Amino acid sequence: MDGLLLDIGLRHFLFVSLIVFVLGLYCVLTRKNAIGILLGVELILNSANINYIAFSHFSSGNYDGQVFAIFVIMLAAAEAVIGLAIVLGIYQNFSSIDIEAVDSLQG
Amino acid sequence: MDHPLLVSYLRWIVLFPLLGAVINGVFGAKIQERFGKNGISVVACTAVGLAFIFALRAFFQLTSLVPEERYLLDTLLRWIHIGALQVDIAFAVDPLSGLMILIVTGIGGLIHLYSIGYMHDDEAYWRFFAYLNLFTAAMLTLVLADNLVLMFVGWEGVGLCSYGLIGFWYKEQANTTAGNKAFIVNRIGDAGFTLGIFIIFWSLFEAGHGTTAVFRDLGHLIHHLEGQMVWGVPAATLAALCLFVGATGKSAQIPLYVWLPDAMAGPTPVSALIHAATMVTAGVYMMARMHFLFSLSPVALGVVATVGALTALVAATIGLAQFDIKKVLAYSTVSQLGYMVLGVGVGAYGAAVFHLMTHAFFKACLFLGSGSVIHAMGDEQDMRKMGGLREKMPLTFWTFLISTIAIAGIPPLAGFFSKDEILWLTFSGGHPFLWLIGFAAAGMTAFYMFRQVFMVFFGENRADEHTKEHLHESPPVMTYPLIVLAVGALFAGFLGVPPALGGSNILEHWLEPVFAGGHGGGHAAHHHVEVIEYVLMVASVGIAAVGIFLAYLIYYRQSLSAETFTAVGGGVPYQAVFNKYYVDEFYHATAVRGSLVVSWLCSAFDRNVIDFIVNGVAKVTGLVGWAVGRFDHYIIDGLVNGLADVTFGIGNRLRQIQTGNLSIYLYVIVGAIAVSQFLPRVGADTLLPVVMVFLSLVIVVGIALWLSTRRIQWRLMFTKEGVSELR
Amino acid sequence: MPLEALVFYLLAALTIGSALIVALSHNLVYSAFALLGTFMGVAGLYALLAADFVAVIQVMLYIGGILVLILFAVMLTHRIADVDVSNRTVGRIPAVLILGVVGTVMGVCIGTAEWVQHAEPMVEPTTFGIGEAFLGPYILPFELASVVLLVALIGAVVVSRKELRGPMADG
Repeated sequence: MDGLLLDIGLRHFLFVSLIVFVLGLYCVLTRKNAIGILLGVELILNSANINYIAFSHFSSGNYDGQVFAIFVIMLAAAEAVIGLAIVLGIYQNFSSIDIEAVDSLQG
Repeated sequence: MDHPLLVSYLRWIVLFPLLGAVINGVFGAKIQERFGKNGISVVACTAVGLAFIFALRAFFQLTSLVPEERYLLDTLLRWIHIGALQVDIAFAVDPLSGLMILIVTGIGGLIHLYSIGYMHDDEAYWRFFAYLNLFTAAMLTLVLADNLVLMFVGWEGVGLCSYGLIGFWYKEQANTTAGNKAFIVNRIGDAGFTLGIFIIFWSLFEAGHGTTAVFRDLGHLIHHLEGQMVWGVPAATLAALCLFVGATGKSAQIPLYVWLPDAMAGPTPVSALIHAATMVTAGVYMMARMHFLFSLSPVALGVVATVGALTALVAATIGLAQFDIKKVLAYSTVSQLGYMVLGVGVGAYGAAVFHLMTHAFFKACLFLGSGSVIHAMGDEQDMRKMGGLREKMPLTFWTFLISTIAIAGIPPLAGFFSKDEILWLTFSGGHPFLWLIGFAAAGMTAFYMFRQVFMVFFGENRADEHTKEHLHESPPVMTYPLIVLAVGALFAGFLGVPPALGGSNILEHWLEPVFAGGHGGGHAAHHHVEVIEYVLMVASVGIAAVGIFLAYLIYYRQSLSAETFTAVGGGVPYQAVFNKYYVDEFYHATAVRGSLVVSWLCSAFDRNVIDFIVNGVAKVTGLVGWAVGRFDHYIIDGLVNGLADVTFGIGNRLRQIQTGNLSIYLYVIVGAIAVSQFLPRVGADTLLPVVMVFLSLVIVVGIALWLSTRRIQWRLMFTKEGVSELR
Repeated sequence: MPLEALVFYLLAALTIGSALIVALSHNLVYSAFALLGTFMGVAGLYALLAADFVAVIQVMLYIGGILVLILFAVMLTHRIADVDVSNRTVGRIPAVLILGVVGTVMGVCIGTAEWVQHAEPMVEPTTFGIGEAFLGPYILPFELASVVLLVALIGAVVVSRKELRGPMADG
């Protein structure tokens, strides 16, 4: 049991990633606030990145995983920019960013 | 006779009045507005005047020919050429029609002049003259026609104009009713006339020697009708009687005379021109024109003579008791027409035409004189309100008196010669009883005419003060025609002075070429019985004198009361005469009421049987349509709408997922991920995956619905109001 | 306890603990600040996994860029006084159920799968290799990424600029 816990391997990172993912998903599912949902999305992206780096380190032996992680980070940045801009737009229109108040499909 | 002289100016006799009618009829309102009423009358009178000039030219051209060749022909147009029927629009002048066109255009022209004054205050001045010109054109067509068909056109044309002019003041119901009456009664006669034309045409064709409608050829062919039978009746008799029915309509003989007294509703010049001088003589003219046919049938002649004599007597008796100045003249006209028809009936065509001519003069003069009186009296026609007009209207009085003497048969005025010739030829033709009737009627004529003169022109004026103040002699444009006509009434008789009085009977000789085909009207007879002729002359002058004397006693001296006569027989004969023998009432009860009953029966049949069938068909169609409609509504539409409702319902429920609520979408996504991860764990190679996929979809959708409906109330999903609200 | 294990557990604890605050906090500002811890932990994990370049990028981009952006958004859209109600959560029970299923399945997968592993995990500076990769096999995605970023930049400007919306939409 000690060896399993102390010999840090691929699975440990995967479990950390899983927990972060589940928490991110929970955050996405339960938040009513659009920014809260974006926070959850960031968690999910980070968990995915942990997986990429972990597999890159333990399994592939090349830099593909890291490259993908960098792409993800970049897309996360773009996503955050766009998402937050949209949130601001919604706030301007509805004076609220409660996603249940904002269920109209037409402006 | 076989080679008519072809000329090309006769058409203008008809076309000028027609042109005048067209100008006044189409542009009359504009002309009246622009040039005043004089413009209208100039057009109308010029048209008739030109026609008169051409008529004179035709007349003098006739006189320049030898008697046997006095026939002018002007073919205007080919008209109807079908098989044996060869009809042209062609005008012919022979001595008879030459005389007639002079009467029509001459007296017609005078009446046109008179109308200028008489109609001067009428709004529809142009309409009156348009009608008058049209009438003149139609009458001239009738007279000048060289065949029966064209004559019928004129015959109908004059009837039409008569109708229009009787109802000229159409704002009064009575006037239009009188117009309708004249038109309808004439229609009965016209039916007879057309039947007569058909019978002549057809039976001649059957006889196998060719057929025609042209008078000149008919004269040569007509003897082929002898022995020809139609429905067991000799064709000649039947045709002659049918034509005579037409004549009774147009010339107002028993039984169709009833329209003429009512026709006095029209303006007085119309009464003078149409209902005294010209149109009503058309029947006589037609019979004279067709004399060869009548001469073929002694039966028809007998009927004609009897009807004529009876009409003369009946109309004269009615005239005795009338108080309307124009009604007296109307019955007088009917009576005089009876004389003419009697003349035709006894074969004295020349005498009939002679009387036609003289009558045209003095009756036109009488009507115009009465019109002058009516004009002066402010449209008053009741003689009981007149009297003493002699001083106020000397010209009218004198011309009226001359004409009255003429019609009463006092020599040497026109009426004496013509009427006496008819009576004499009746007697000498072997009809002493008819002569007696005519003789009696002559006495009555003298009585009622002088009764009229005494009532109107002598004694005290019985009008109210207002009318008295306005009494005046008519303007010259009205009195000059009176003078001319009175002169005619004075001297026209000398055209037919019989040999018994030292005359040569110019008119008789003039007309001889026309009537040569007939049996001569008893010329041969009267040379041998001159004594009786003188006796009869004296007798008729005597009875006329008696009539005049009676009228003098009753209405001038008033030494004899009219009641002595009206009370005879308990007043019954007087009432009968006063009420015109109740003929109108009789016709109304039989013919009019009968037609109404028949029409009611027809309409009842129409309503109850035809309408029932039609409505039944409509109802059945309606029922079928209703059934089809129900089927369509419930079955077809039910299916279509049902499908649509099911689709809508499903869509409406599925729609609840699409709330636009982001968290629900997320739940669905994550749920689907969970299921897709879970599935491969269960079993990979059976049917189970399919079932599982379906089940998991249901679960996911169910969860989504559950989540969404927590916020959207159930009411919205499953009640009608909610659904419509959602829509 | 070996040093490596100790560092891992410390970093894991930081990451998961911060993530819990992010996911469960009622206050959006707390959630946003807790995200800082998660990002730091994840960066540490990257370093532990010998991905030095990515770890640096993580710190620079996420913490220096995205997190600041999110904090700005939070401050812009909510009055601070209202933070309590502004971060309400909904549907916890179904979320826990679904995530229980997902987490369990994933966990079982992670635990039972036979992961392919290199005998010797490589530990070397990565900057040169990543640069080679970007300008070699990944040149096209790399260039596309620049386009994506440009589009995002413009899009963000267009979406959030209030005064341009009306006339632009019409024009």
